Amino acid sequence: MTLTASTDDLGIEQLSGASLRDCYQCGKCSAGCPMADSMDVLPNRLIRLVQLGQAEKAMRAESIWKCVSCMTCTARCPKSVDCAGVMDALRQIAFERGAVPEARQRTVLFQKAFLDNVRRNGRLRELELVGVFKLRAFFRDRSLRALMKDSLLAPKLMHRGKLHFGGQRVKDRAVVGRIFTRCMTNGEK
Amino acid sequence: MARIGVFVCWCGENIARTVDVEQVASAAFELPGVACAMACKYMCSEPGQATIRRKIAEEHLTGVVVASCSPHMHLRTFRKAAEKEGLNPYLVEMANIREQCSWVHQDRREATAKAIDLVSMSVAKTRYNHALAPIEIPLTRRAMVIGGGVAGIQSALDIADAGYQVVLVEREPSIGGKMAGLSETFPTLDCSQCILTPRMVEADQHPNITLHTYSEVESVEGFVGNFRVTVRKKARYIDMEKCTGCGQCWNSCPSKKNPSDFDYGLGQRTAIYIPFPQAVPARPVIDSAVCMKLTKGKCGICAKKCLPGAIRFDDEDRLVTEEVGAIVVATGYKLYSVGREQRNDHVTGYGEYGYGRHADVIDSLQFERLLSASGPTGGEVRRPSDGKVPQCVVFISCVGSRDNAKGLSYCSKICCMYNAKHTMLYKHKVHEGEAHVFYMDIRAGGKNYDEFVRRAIEQDGAHYHRGRVSKIVEQDGRLVVRGVDTLAGEPVTIHADMVVLAAAMCPSDGAEALAQKLNVGYDENGFLSESHPKLRPVETNAAGVYVCGACQGPKDIPESVSQATAAAGKVLVMFSRQQLTREPEVARVDESNCAACFACIRACPYNAIERAEIRDRKGQLVKCTARVNPGLCMGCGTCVAVCPSKCADLAGFSEQQIYAMVECLV
Amino acid sequence: MEIGYYPGCALHGSSNDYETSVRSCLGKLDVGLRELDDWICCGATAAHSLNHKLAVALPARNLALAKRDGMTELLAPCPMCSMELLRANRALAACPRLRKEISEIVELEVDGSTQVLNLIQVVQKIGLDAIIRQVVRPLNGFRPACYYGCLLTRPPRDVQFDDCEQPSSMETILAALGAEPVDWNYKTECCGAGMTLADEETVLNLSHKILSDAAAHHASCIVVACPMCHVNLDMKQADIERRFGVRHELVVYYLSDLIGLALGIDEKIIGIDRHFVVKK
Repeated sequence: MTLTASTDDLGIEQLSGASLRDCYQCGKCSAGCPMADSMDVLPNRLIRLVQLGQAEKAMRAESIWKCVSCMTCTARCPKSVDCAGVMDALRQIAFERGAVPEARQRTVLFQKAFLDNVRRNGRLRELELVGVFKLRAFFRDRSLRALMKDSLLAPKLMHRGKLHFGGQRVKDRAVVGRIFTRCMTNGEK
Repeated sequence: MARIGVFVCWCGENIARTVDVEQVASAAFELPGVACAMACKYMCSEPGQATIRRKIAEEHLTGVVVASCSPHMHLRTFRKAAEKEGLNPYLVEMANIREQCSWVHQDRREATAKAIDLVSMSVAKTRYNHALAPIEIPLTRRAMVIGGGVAGIQSALDIADAGYQVVLVEREPSIGGKMAGLSETFPTLDCSQCILTPRMVEADQHPNITLHTYSEVESVEGFVGNFRVTVRKKARYIDMEKCTGCGQCWNSCPSKKNPSDFDYGLGQRTAIYIPFPQAVPARPVIDSAVCMKLTKGKCGICAKKCLPGAIRFDDEDRLVTEEVGAIVVATGYKLYSVGREQRNDHVTGYGEYGYGRHADVIDSLQFERLLSASGPTGGEVRRPSDGKVPQCVVFISCVGSRDNAKGLSYCSKICCMYNAKHTMLYKHKVHEGEAHVFYMDIRAGGKNYDEFVRRAIEQDGAHYHRGRVSKIVEQDGRLVVRGVDTLAGEPVTIHADMVVLAAAMCPSDGAEALAQKLNVGYDENGFLSESHPKLRPVETNAAGVYVCGACQGPKDIPESVSQATAAAGKVLVMFSRQQLTREPEVARVDESNCAACFACIRACPYNAIERAEIRDRKGQLVKCTARVNPGLCMGCGTCVAVCPSKCADLAGFSEQQIYAMVECLV
Repeated sequence: MEIGYYPGCALHGSSNDYETSVRSCLGKLDVGLRELDDWICCGATAAHSLNHKLAVALPARNLALAKRDGMTELLAPCPMCSMELLRANRALAACPRLRKEISEIVELEVDGSTQVLNLIQVVQKIGLDAIIRQVVRPLNGFRPACYYGCLLTRPPRDVQFDDCEQPSSMETILAALGAEPVDWNYKTECCGAGMTLADEETVLNLSHKILSDAAAHHASCIVVACPMCHVNLDMKQADIERRFGVRHELVVYYLSDLIGLALGIDEKIIGIDRHFVVKK
């Protein structure tokens, strides 16, 4: 990479509140990350890329969507760098810029469906979420298998009284919609 | 009639860029009492000083004001110059127009006006200066060294060899400190005890050294050249005159399973014990907390077996007072405790490494004991859990060091080197064993140090992984170490048989309390503060108290020894003087006016004021008065401020001078 | 004792067995739960992953509702919820500018003053002595592996609960009730959290490790205090067994399940029979 004078971090530092200069690349975050073995770019390297002004590269990594937000990195960092916060910031930037790698689209699809569901209902309506998510995923990957998977779970859940076809709704749903609008002004897709 | 010379320094650009020095000189010339005023490029240089001397002679100056940098820099320089020309040095003042003016302001007009004010104040003060002479105080040419590790021993030997008496105080039953417990030292792999014990014996046998072992400093009174130190000699329960060190007692003691401090808990010792075979003095002590005779009145076998009858169960602590002129503090270090209990709230320990939960996770000093031929395993590296020889050992750097969140922010300096040493010694003993080191950086800045680390990697085959370890768990009797190699960019998991944590170097317990007794400063980590980090590394701000070794900061043996000799050198400089002098800018009480309210005694932070009685020739009491001890007074002026009858004053900074300085400002 | 109660989406959804368990257990201990009126979702993983402001605003709205309704303490049995609420609390308490901005966004005043408690903290508040006095069926023979998951103890600066490396709060409670909690290695390792639907493979992998380690340390069951962990370890246990060709057969209890059992409440009333993996 050729380094230039401008080090645009795409707002990662401000969004995450983390002091990126504090990171001395000890790697303890990567060492304790449960997903490290399957990540393309390790957490400490993601931070390194942002330190070097290569936030563009960092936000396109698959790792940020493999991350399970277990917070181990942040808890163990000897310099109190909020690594999980940096992962969140990278996710937000990648999402807003439409830069999610193909292999990770399914995860983002789910998160998006989750938020849409909460926005509409104030609280999660699970059946609706599963239905919407599975359908959207199906339209993307055309996998009938994925669509039908877990369908056997429905009667099991019903048998245990865990399936809700209706359920309570939030009375003041409108305020939830307004909260969403005010927060997501950078435009959702 | 005052004839003051004012010399304004350009200091190259430092002052002249912001302050119009020529204007300051002209303004100074107009002040009452000023006989001459001039500006000069570099006042502290040879020509600059020569100018001052010339002017003193030509103009018959009675006082000098140098307007330049901080007095910390060159007050002594200018005073010496004046003295050479026959002017009393205490008639020389400095106006700080650099640190307090040109370096902190930007507006030239305002800065120049301020510089003129500062010079006026100095001139006003100088008009009331008196000639002063340094105060002579008595000097006891005896030294005390607190701490009997390698630094303390070296310092004591140097002072003793120069012909002066030294009292060496050591808290443990034997001198030798941490070095006595090491196996081999880097970078030469010398056997630690082999190179240390001759020194230990020399210290013990030196005619000029008095050894107080199993002793601690209880209190310190006095001042430089005249310290009175009370030492508590803890009860050993042994008659040191009669005991021959034959070992009958500790060989017959039935209480065998007490954790050994010398082996850092890895080994055991008896209740009556000698910490290690080469102990100096080679005499035992009884641990009164576990001895059955002392706690329950039972047993007493040792006394029965002792032929010379040297066991004394009725022994008590004794207090001994030593009068010394100088004190050297060499109290050394201890390792950061990796378990959860910590000394401070903000230092929290490493639960993720399992120290204290898994027997085979140990710290570096414990590993030294395993390596040591006189250690709990006879020099064989064996797992504390099952005694097996570990085939794979992981060494982790920076446990506690360089860890702002959980530990300490500083680097402990020696761990990179001893980790390499540990891998080498382990591989020498276990040829087919695997040694892994997790590190962040390699700090090997000494002579042959970097080559030493490369040797561990290139010749002995130690595996080095750049990265920290996140967690250690136990699985099937082995330790699973989850770390990372940031150079390869991959997480690294190692199934090890033993993990050695390079824990941070911290000051010994009790160092802060001792520092407070000695009026020595210490930093937020408890390390004792030297006077100046670059130029005065072994002196402290407490006159007559010197510091050396790891108590001042993390360091290795060569540095400790160097500092020890340096501290001894400072002591010898002091002892070589005909007499000890102190700066005369101290307080004085006008005893004829003193009302003996003793507010000053309560206010004095240095305990430098005493109650005194004035008696007539018949011995009858005339009056009580406060009296300042010029040997202890540090010239802070607090007594002057609190005295209700205005009879305490400060020589060289009198109330009259202060009023004069204030007056010329308003 | 009465405290505010924030169930969260999971407890009113497919983890309603957790709510049943909590209500029956705390009810027996005379703790009244006053459900927060018109609470909304805390945002969970989706909010903090996709929009930082939303991740503060959604929990903040709930904190504001609690403040409006005069609730000084709020029990959030789901650690995802409690962590988000605590994190929002801390951020709001520290920054007046943020408080103002968020109060405007959620249309209610919020100041980060409501105390948020997890289930274990409420049990501690009741006090072990009070609970022990009511024990009728000591948990003899139970060797639980206490599983804390991620968000009960992390991030430590936000949740400030127990020790994030070697927590012991659940062990203390269960030992006092007669159980013998085992020492094991996966107390705080992640189960895969909310990836159950989006990235099932991850959940199967991570949860399998947890179940395996519990078994390796001779646990007779697992105890959790999180509905997501429960789903991943209980509902998905059959899938894990199939995927890795093992039989774990470990019952996963909620902490309130075991306390309830010790207090003599019937299994069916607690809701234990509604787990996927049941005791043979």
